[in-house]
Amino acid sequence: MMISRRSLIGSAALAATLPRAAARAAAPGIKLGVLTDMSGTYSAETGKGSLTCTQQAVSEFMAAHPGFAVEVISADHQNKPDVGATLARQWFDRDGVDVIVDVPTSSVALAVNTVVKEKNKVFLVSGAATPDLTGKQCSPNTLHWTYDTYMLGRSTGEAMVKSGGDTWYFITADYVFGHDLQDSTTLFIKQGGGKVLGASAYPFPATTDFSSYLVRAKASGAKVIGLANAGTDTQNCVKQAHEFDIVSGQTRLAALLMVITDVHALTLQASHGLVLTESFYWDLNDRTRAFTKRVLAKMPNGFYPNMIQAGCYSATLHYLKAAAAMGAAAAKASGAAVVERMKKMPVEDDVFGATTIRDDGRHLVPAYLFQVKTPAESKGPWDYYTLVATTSGAEAAPPVASEHCALIKS
Amino acid sequence: MVMIFGVPAPLLLGQILLGLINGAFYAMLSLGLAVIFGMLNIINFAHGALFMTGAFVAWMLLHYAGIGFYPALVLVPLIVGALGVLLERTIIAPLYKIDPIYGLLLTFGVALVIEGLFRNGYGSAGLPYEIPASLSGGAQLGFMFLPTYRGFVVLAAAIVCFATWVTIEKTRLGATLRAATENALLVRAFGVNVPRMITFTFAGGVALAGFAGVLAAPIYTVNPDMGENFIIVVFAVVVIGGMGSILGSIVTGFALGVIQGLTSVFYPEGANMVIFLVMAFVLLVLPRGLFGKVA
Amino acid sequence: MRGDVRKPSHDYLVGFLCMLACIVIAPWVLYPLFLMRVLCYAIFVMAFNLLAGYSGLVSFGHAAFFGMGAYAAAWSAKNLGISAEVAVAIGGLAGAALGVVIGWLSIRRTGIYFAMITLALAQLVYFFCVQVPFTHGENGIQQVPRLKLFGAIPLNGSMAMYWFTAGVFILCFLAVHRIIHSPFGKVLQAIRENEPRATSLGHRTKTYKLIAFVLSALFSGVAGGLLALVFGFATLESVRYTTSGEVVLMALVGGFGTVFGPLTGSLVLSAMENYLASFGSWVTVAEGAIFIAAVLAFRRGIIGEVMAKLKVSL
Repeated sequence: MMISRRSLIGSAALAATLPRAAARAAAPGIKLGVLTDMSGTYSAETGKGSLTCTQQAVSEFMAAHPGFAVEVISADHQNKPDVGATLARQWFDRDGVDVIVDVPTSSVALAVNTVVKEKNKVFLVSGAATPDLTGKQCSPNTLHWTYDTYMLGRSTGEAMVKSGGDTWYFITADYVFGHDLQDSTTLFIKQGGGKVLGASAYPFPATTDFSSYLVRAKASGAKVIGLANAGTDTQNCVKQAHEFDIVSGQTRLAALLMVITDVHALTLQASHGLVLTESFYWDLNDRTRAFTKRVLAKMPNGFYPNMIQAGCYSATLHYLKAAAAMGAAAAKASGAAVVERMKKMPVEDDVFGATTIRDDGRHLVPAYLFQVKTPAESKGPWDYYTLVATTSGAEAAPPVASEHCALIKS
Repeated sequence: MVMIFGVPAPLLLGQILLGLINGAFYAMLSLGLAVIFGMLNIINFAHGALFMTGAFVAWMLLHYAGIGFYPALVLVPLIVGALGVLLERTIIAPLYKIDPIYGLLLTFGVALVIEGLFRNGYGSAGLPYEIPASLSGGAQLGFMFLPTYRGFVVLAAAIVCFATWVTIEKTRLGATLRAATENALLVRAFGVNVPRMITFTFAGGVALAGFAGVLAAPIYTVNPDMGENFIIVVFAVVVIGGMGSILGSIVTGFALGVIQGLTSVFYPEGANMVIFLVMAFVLLVLPRGLFGKVA
Repeated sequence: MRGDVRKPSHDYLVGFLCMLACIVIAPWVLYPLFLMRVLCYAIFVMAFNLLAGYSGLVSFGHAAFFGMGAYAAAWSAKNLGISAEVAVAIGGLAGAALGVVIGWLSIRRTGIYFAMITLALAQLVYFFCVQVPFTHGENGIQQVPRLKLFGAIPLNGSMAMYWFTAGVFILCFLAVHRIIHSPFGKVLQAIRENEPRATSLGHRTKTYKLIAFVLSALFSGVAGGLLALVFGFATLESVRYTTSGEVVLMALVGGFGTVFGPLTGSLVLSAMENYLASFGSWVTVAEGAIFIAAVLAFRRGIIGEVMAKLKVSL
């Protein structure tokens, strides 16, 4: 609302100097709002880094299309759905925002999803993981860009079973995201002929000590301990597993949602040998390296971008291409029309390469299975991953849920 | 294999030991709270934030000054204690005469400020702090693997708790302190500088939180939320033990750690809630807590 | 935390009319959705204040009633095909029902022990909400329709919903006012000032306190239910202990035991949360600083200080 006050003053000044119609015609710019966790549990994985990557896409695009006005604003949703929905409504109603980007935390993303659909704007999801965004709650105004729990479960689960990890024990954050992650992974463990021996669902948030769950998991004799959680919880699990000598003999850890920012926080000493899935890694190929080089100097704390942040760049860039092709006025008029256009256009950028978008709004990106390097293997700053396997974009996305999503014509 | 309620006995033994380790943190933190409440009648909601500050200061000492774990064990409580002196002198002292609810509200505000500042400065990602080399590794106890460092934590916590209890209950200094809380005017008449004593009591209680923070740094990722996660549980420990009771908070701290450990075997989802269940139950049956004095 | 309750005065009437005027003008100046949030929280703070300001029982677990009201209203709005005012009433009833249980357990204690036991019980309620399927865990109950008022007037538009919210607020305001100035309210204040004396005068203090508690829970439930309709969802956030803390802060900033304090406190804090949203964690720092300043410098709250300055009763 701070923004709204400023724009109010701005528009009052405009109205004083120009006739109303002229004022409207003079500013057909696109306005993006990065709505993210700036201060909470997920702020390191999203937050200012997501904002920086979004701004990077805008500045690159504006350099190529001078005269096309784009503005970026941001706000902290504090991981509260009511704060997120209020900000979204406010942005649409008063600040002329056309697109909302990122929005980590499933509950907030789902709340924002409803508002975006009602106002016919555009929602580019990079931070949230719930497959409901392209399933039960799919919307003609929403694109799910970077990853979901299905992708994580499939990539990590399948690969672990294939490499002999056929018995599992889960340590699960006791909320929807954790259970989603556990369920989708379980699906692929069973498909691969593996077995789940048990699971401990721990209270979320406010659990800091995981040793009793880890010891329990080890005692179950499972070959793989699956961590169905995120952020600092995952970090603590990994750290404590290291301490309690859990990863020894046959037992391995699988962090089901972990990004490079977490690995950096943990250090290689504590996290080496871990297997995890991301859809982007800065050192994947020449193009990802080129992107990282461009954005790195602007990133907060000099952190390298992870898949969520890089996803914000990719989604924003593609949106701007579609909006420019339609003309800013048409793009502002109907969010659903832009999303429709985005689905038809081939996606092409340095982050994900050439990709496509499915009718239900799922952006099909390949999932990469990485193993975290040992300190000895790491050759330079942020040289953390070895690529183990790749799942194609089509396979990494959940099956089209035509019975749930009305966008799918069966 | 021996089974207890369908759970192998070694696993259960392991959980009891792990519970004691967690209980060590509960005991140290609730001890500081109890000292402060018992002597000052202030419910220090900022205790968790100061615990977190302790962990951060340990990290800063290492990161900026190259000062390692063992010196930090001494330095950090001093630094956090000094912060406590500052807090007590400036904003807490004016509250002694009014309803303790205001003390709770004020320190809640202090906690928000401290946490917000650290979040701004260092983000929420968490900073690594390695276990000192001399305490790494561990021992195979047969029923579980016990990391040396965790053993060290329990030992250090037990010593600190015992020392605090002795100081307050058995020494002359402690006697004066307790007398001062009963009747400040009278103690003053004997030539004791009561306000200064109160300041140092607060600093001491807070230093305990700082000490616990250093011990916690190598176990948990050092992050601004670590205090918030503890404070509500520690509150419950103090209430169950009997507010202001030193012995009560020590015993309850360890005991609740064990109860929590056992719950996490049988019903992991309820591991945090069991504490509130106990708290509600105790408050209804024994209004002054397990060890509280009857008013 | 004492509220002087004399006869409704001239000052009070002027204050009430000013408030009405503000409520009518506000949606043309400020953003309606923001105002609806302010009004919902104002009802919640009034409910809390009824207990804390007038009965002297400071609860740290009021989020339980607020959250239960939100869940109950959201669920019935989605599944029962009722009209808006019924959904809000169901929210209130859910809050009250929970209030009977928690109140019965907790009013045996006073002061800090009362605060702690309400906190413990509210944490158990939170746990219940995490575990039962109908709340949909962390995702919450989403896409709750705003329904129709009296089954006829659709509330989808911002303004329609705003008038409905404002109407509920004014009803609650008048109801709370009526309660405080009734003989029942006088006894409550007598209990707050000196419980043994109230007992010796022949009042069954336990019953009075329980009724006050249940009424407070009822209004909290109404606030929660209304908020669920306004935003279209009910989530765990509304049952979390931080929400309990927020309502205490709002009451403190506005002024314990004042009639216009709740609206003021809700307005100030909601505005801060919104206007400072782009500053990230500085919001937390600012909130903390306000807490400290409020306790040290204006313990009577904004309205309380104004009352003292102007020597009026608001």
